[in-house]
Amino acid sequence: MTSQVNAVFDERREHGLLVGYLPLGFPTVDASVDAAVALVENGVDILEMGLPYSDPVMDGLVIQRATNTALEAGFRLAQTFDAVAAIRARVDAPVLVMTYFNPVLQYGVEKFSQELEDAGGAGLITPDLIPDEASEWLHAANAHDLDRVFLAAPSSSPERLESSTKNSRGFVYAVSTMGITGARTDVDSAARGLVERLRSAGAENIGVGLGISTPQQVSEVLEYADAAIVGSALITALADGGPSAVATLARELSAGKH
Amino acid sequence: MQQGPYFGDFGGRYVPESLIAALDELAEAYELAKLDPTFTEELAHLHATYTGRPSIITEVPRFAEHAGGARIILKREDLNHTGSHKINNVLGQALLARRIGKTRLIAETGAGQHGVATATAAALFGMECIVYMGEVDTQRQALNVARMRLLGAEVIPVTTGSRTLKDAINEALRDWVANVDNTHYLLGTVAGPHPFPQMVRDFHKIIGEEAREQVLALTGALPDAVIACVGGGSNAIGIFHAFLDDDGVELIGCEAAGRGIDTPEHAATLTLGRPGVLHGARSYMLQDADGQTMESHSISAGLDYPGVGPEHSWLKDLGRATYRPITDDAAMAALRLLSQTEGIIPAIETAHGLAGAMEVGRELGPNATLLINLSGRGDKDMQTAAEYFGLLDGSA
Ligand SMILES: Cc1ncc(COP(=O)(O)O)c(C=O)c1O
Repeated sequence: MTSQVNAVFDERREHGLLVGYLPLGFPTVDASVDAAVALVENGVDILEMGLPYSDPVMDGLVIQRATNTALEAGFRLAQTFDAVAAIRARVDAPVLVMTYFNPVLQYGVEKFSQELEDAGGAGLITPDLIPDEASEWLHAANAHDLDRVFLAAPSSSPERLESSTKNSRGFVYAVSTMGITGARTDVDSAARGLVERLRSAGAENIGVGLGISTPQQVSEVLEYADAAIVGSALITALADGGPSAVATLARELSAGKH
Repeated sequence: MQQGPYFGDFGGRYVPESLIAALDELAEAYELAKLDPTFTEELAHLHATYTGRPSIITEVPRFAEHAGGARIILKREDLNHTGSHKINNVLGQALLARRIGKTRLIAETGAGQHGVATATAAALFGMECIVYMGEVDTQRQALNVARMRLLGAEVIPVTTGSRTLKDAINEALRDWVANVDNTHYLLGTVAGPHPFPQMVRDFHKIIGEEAREQVLALTGALPDAVIACVGGGSNAIGIFHAFLDDDGVELIGCEAAGRGIDTPEHAATLTLGRPGVLHGARSYMLQDADGQTMESHSISAGLDYPGVGPEHSWLKDLGRATYRPITDDAAMAALRLLSQTEGIIPAIETAHGLAGAMEVGRELGPNATLLINLSGRGDKDMQTAAEYFGLLDGSA
């Protein structure tokens, strides 16, 4: 059992890691692959590729608009695997797929896992799937040696933090604030407390996400967490300035690593 | 009686971790409240002095002539304060929200009836109220938007996705994730994550409990069929529940077939959907091969939803209830027929159940007795009806 994600954490923990989120298919599948490659070439350690979904309840307007654009342009779920393989062929960084559960369920949890493994994908981040409901996915993840990243929230009880920790492999996704995705001026102070509580629950690799958009915020988060996760800010850069803007922002953000 | 979080393979809690603490708190508070006589008495008192319960039943012989001559009895939830069954659930949840110290109520609404009921409860209890409503629905149910605002609620038109009920629920969930500390999400139907399907059902099962007694007293026997329209499924589950163990009573839900189930424009979730996860629960839903939710269509905002409550999915698979699709045109014809034969103008949602009863009456024949949940009144639908039938001077 080897986790691509664990390996990167082990190697780079002392500097802290930068995790970058982009939706697949935005603005096109090829352009999202190019942008993902540009992220890695400019200091992003782990990629999170979002699977566009019709009802993204965890997402704010920036991600909603981008994933809507991808769906309207005809993005199909099966393109995920080719896109992941294309990224892996060009850069050496783990690619996690961030997806709401229904697309995986409809494709077939086992089939999805098999094809993700074949494409060289690292695993899944599941924003609307809690470990309590995840037995089918956990079984497939084991069978295909895939990482599974569950979320932990400031509101989670100690028992639930333990469950997220125990069931995650790769890292635990600490939601910095009670809210949805989108850039914010301040990273919630709740994040620090949550990371401390996750450490007590036994979590080794902890990424903090939601609202992070500047190098200062990356640096601040990496004082207590192992990884900082940036999404909406990268999408805004991609939408406004294309691949070169996303590359520039990634380079700036990675300067926040220690 | 199934208590959730699962109904067979359906139900569950497919929501972001951030919401789990609130769902746990709610489920626990509800379990305690159920057993607490002060809570049940408080709710019963409100129903007696505010809602207007028990609601009456009305037999409708002139309408029944068009339904194969079967005996037809209406359970008059339209006579409740605010004009529909929705108030039963709203008062229950608002009391519960107050118990757990929440000061802000948020709700989604399609037809606006649930939003009006929630705005009403917020006014009654002195709570802040925000209602999310798809932009399309704010237009076709403009009168209800004005009612909610007059009651002091803020109505937020939702402009994402299909701009109908499904998207209003998404926005309400996003609000709840961010404001869960002081906010209760007063979900308006038997969908969503546990404990909503079970709790909302429990607040509505008074409909069937009253109706079963009333029909027995009137006719000396149980009805042959109990019929209700199904959007998310709350009025249907509310009237079905008291009859679940009565094997001889057919339970029939009527969902919206829109322009027809052979067209893409329908909301026939149980007829044409397949199981998936939407809005926190596993249930039948309308979706494409990739699991993307498909847009639904119905002339009635309250049935224009591509999902359905998990208990209905379970009852369908068990074979205990059956579900049939009713087109926009059939529903509108039934709406006019009840208005003109009995002087009762039903909501367009409700008219789907009436149209279904006309079919069922013809199938079962003149010896049958049918009980229909008249879930709401049609005042809110006058604009749509006037356009559909050309009722205003100067219109076609
Ligand atoms: C009068 C009336 N009946 C039925 C419905 C559909 O909801 P449900 O299926 O939850 O009863 C609505 C929803 O807005 C309604 O206003």
